[in-house]
Amino acid sequence: MSIMSETRTQTADPRTEALLDVRGVRKVYEGHGRSVEAVRDLTFTVARGELVCVVGPSGAGKTTLLKCIAGLLAPTGGEVVLEGTAVDGPSPGMAVVFQEYGRSLFPWMSVRKNVELPLKQKKLPRARRAELVHQALDAVGLGDVQSAYPWQLSGGMQQRVAIARAIAYEPHILLMDEPFAAVDAQTRADLEDLVRSLWHRLGVTTLFVTHDIDEAVYLGQRVLVLSAAPTVVLDDIAIDLPDERDQLTTRSSARFAELRAQVFAQIQRAKKHHAGADHP
Amino acid sequence: MTSTLTAPARASRAGAASRAARGTTLLGVLGFATFLALLEVVPRSGLVSPDYLPPLSRIGVALAELAGEAGFWTAIVDTVQGWFLGLAIAVAAGIAAGFVIGTIPVLREFTASTIEFLRPIPSVALIPLAVLVFGSELRSVLLLVIYAAFWQVLLQVLYGVQDVDPVAQETARTFGLHRWARIRHVTWPTALPYVLTGVRLAAAVALILAITAELIIGAPGLGNEIGVAQSGGAVARMYALVIVTGLLGVAVNVLARRLERWLLSWHSSLRREVA
Amino acid sequence: MRIARRVTRAILAALALPAILLTLWWVLTADSESYYLPPLSEILAAVDDVWLHSDRLSADVLPSVLRLFGGFLLAVVIGVALGVAIGSSRRLRAFCEPVLEFLRAIPPPVLVPVLMLVAGIGDTMKVLVIVSGCVWPILLNTVEGVRAVDEVLVETARCYGVRGPSRLWNLVIRSASPQIVAGLRQGLSIGIILMVISEMFAASNGLGFSIIQFQRTFAVTEMWTGILLLGLLGFLLATLMRLFERRALNWYFGLRQAQRGGSR
Repeated sequence: MSIMSETRTQTADPRTEALLDVRGVRKVYEGHGRSVEAVRDLTFTVARGELVCVVGPSGAGKTTLLKCIAGLLAPTGGEVVLEGTAVDGPSPGMAVVFQEYGRSLFPWMSVRKNVELPLKQKKLPRARRAELVHQALDAVGLGDVQSAYPWQLSGGMQQRVAIARAIAYEPHILLMDEPFAAVDAQTRADLEDLVRSLWHRLGVTTLFVTHDIDEAVYLGQRVLVLSAAPTVVLDDIAIDLPDERDQLTTRSSARFAELRAQVFAQIQRAKKHHAGADHP
Repeated sequence: MTSTLTAPARASRAGAASRAARGTTLLGVLGFATFLALLEVVPRSGLVSPDYLPPLSRIGVALAELAGEAGFWTAIVDTVQGWFLGLAIAVAAGIAAGFVIGTIPVLREFTASTIEFLRPIPSVALIPLAVLVFGSELRSVLLLVIYAAFWQVLLQVLYGVQDVDPVAQETARTFGLHRWARIRHVTWPTALPYVLTGVRLAAAVALILAITAELIIGAPGLGNEIGVAQSGGAVARMYALVIVTGLLGVAVNVLARRLERWLLSWHSSLRREVA
Repeated sequence: MRIARRVTRAILAALALPAILLTLWWVLTADSESYYLPPLSEILAAVDDVWLHSDRLSADVLPSVLRLFGGFLLAVVIGVALGVAIGSSRRLRAFCEPVLEFLRAIPPPVLVPVLMLVAGIGDTMKVLVIVSGCVWPILLNTVEGVRAVDEVLVETARCYGVRGPSRLWNLVIRSASPQIVAGLRQGLSIGIILMVISEMFAASNGLGFSIIQFQRTFAVTEMWTGILLLGLLGFLLATLMRLFERRALNWYFGLRQAQRGGSR
């Protein structure tokens, strides 16, 4: 999967239009008389065709942020704008891949039906559905297990099904919430390469949330570093690694180590910042 | 994300939880009050003829009258007696048979079809036989109650014995535990929750069958009282008796669940001490 | 060869004990003078006359079964519909729970005399009795099942725009189906009991009515044939239920086995 048929040229075009615009998003969970501020102020944009990684210490409101963007949670303040329209609920322009692959696939449906269900909701004609399902499953390397049930597959394959479902939906932006946190290291490396290759081939804008610094640097064109809760964006680092990446050479390059160190330092700062907040 | 919650946040969650619990109780009381109010209003408004469903207040009067009759209390004792005796025998027999069959694979293999055939036979099929052989006395009730309750216990015990972790079983064997010791320390603790589930299910079924036997066969008890009230046209009294059987049912369910929870917690705390 | 031996053993295991029991019954009652326990040979011989060469199959058995199916299906519709509604709303659940706890604790057979008042002794009464007994296990199990729908699946469905009837079927009901089916199984066995009791208590036809008539007229051999037939009916319906369960919950058994690490 390391050889790309068509390599896209990723030039930093200043005119690139912002596909996703997150403006001052704040999320406060209301309890009984008290409230918890999970996300304080998040502002960033994702341009069309970009692959952006969001990394933060565990406990930064990463999942909260992703749910706000996906329209699953209403932010307390600020707004999320997708292609010029404010998001106020799940939109057909977005698809989400969840961390809990075992729980996000419908266990009573075959792999094919799982991928097809959202397309039925979109009222696509049968032939078009079949075509999309076929293409998506082929793209993730699961063309031959269409009639299996998800629980008959390994964890990595299940997550591939979830990814296939997301790309078959033809979203304008793909949101991934720590999708590989629960799979073993080898599978994880394969899936990371799969994400890179899908992004190359389909050109789908991707926002990838992770707690793993290496993963963020390896995958992204940009890495957003979040602070601990209440969350703000600490840094926005451009990843100037070559576009062709592979697990061995990229990860052992000097530039990778530098970027990794840079993000790591920010995360450490984030943790200290958090500790300071705990004991005022 | 719970790891980020600081102490006050957790406290506020606990506060919210207790408030939610209070809200739930309040809604439940409200729901029950609505139910009672409907029982009063619907017959009074003529939506349902009071001949069929007397207003709650009249049922309440009948209930008060019942409470003053010695015969009513005797009927309750009769019903509870039939229920308890039958249940006790069924539970003892079910546990014994379940462990014997469950721990001996050959027996299990050769009894499976027979159990599968006998279990779904409705125990009420035995009513005419019970009447012919025992007449309308306690033994008739017991026959039906035991037959119905036995299968509930037996099946759960079989599930429980089957659920024993093969690794634990192997470990016990390598440590040289004998058959009895294995049953006592490995099989029984695993099966206990299933046994208790079986007892709970059997307790409910036993009450249904005890009252059914009284109603159809005429053995003394609440069921019989309901039949008498119905044929005598004492409608309010009949409803009062139905409510009493419902309360009895609630009591059985609550008791069985309490017993289950208590035994399980006692059991697991005991296990923790040993460990 | 090995497969053949295994099949032989399975058949032997399934048939041995029933064969022994029937033989024992046959032999021990062969010379039975007991009034209650006629020889099995006589009982089996009477089946033909009592059930097959008479109109009892269509006049008694069929109405019983139809009433059972009618009541059961009605209970399924009511139980699942109410169960989904109550299970989906925390407030509604809190509001209804105590009343449901009380209503389901009433032993269903006592409703026979109650419903007789309202609906007479015709088919309506019997169907109502069956509904009123079957509906509780179905309703309560559905509520539990709907409550337990996985949160991640709920969010997945929201993300991908799965809503309305599709959400109800593909997410809620399918997800609750193991519990719903458990409720159906319990409901069916209560339904059979109520079918028989409602006919024994007051009826002019039906399987339960026939059996109790035989008993009242001291036609003991005929009564035994009725008991056997009723037992057979119970077994058949339970088998149908199991087949349905295997089909409908195929995924569930597989999933559970996969979660256990494929052991056993």
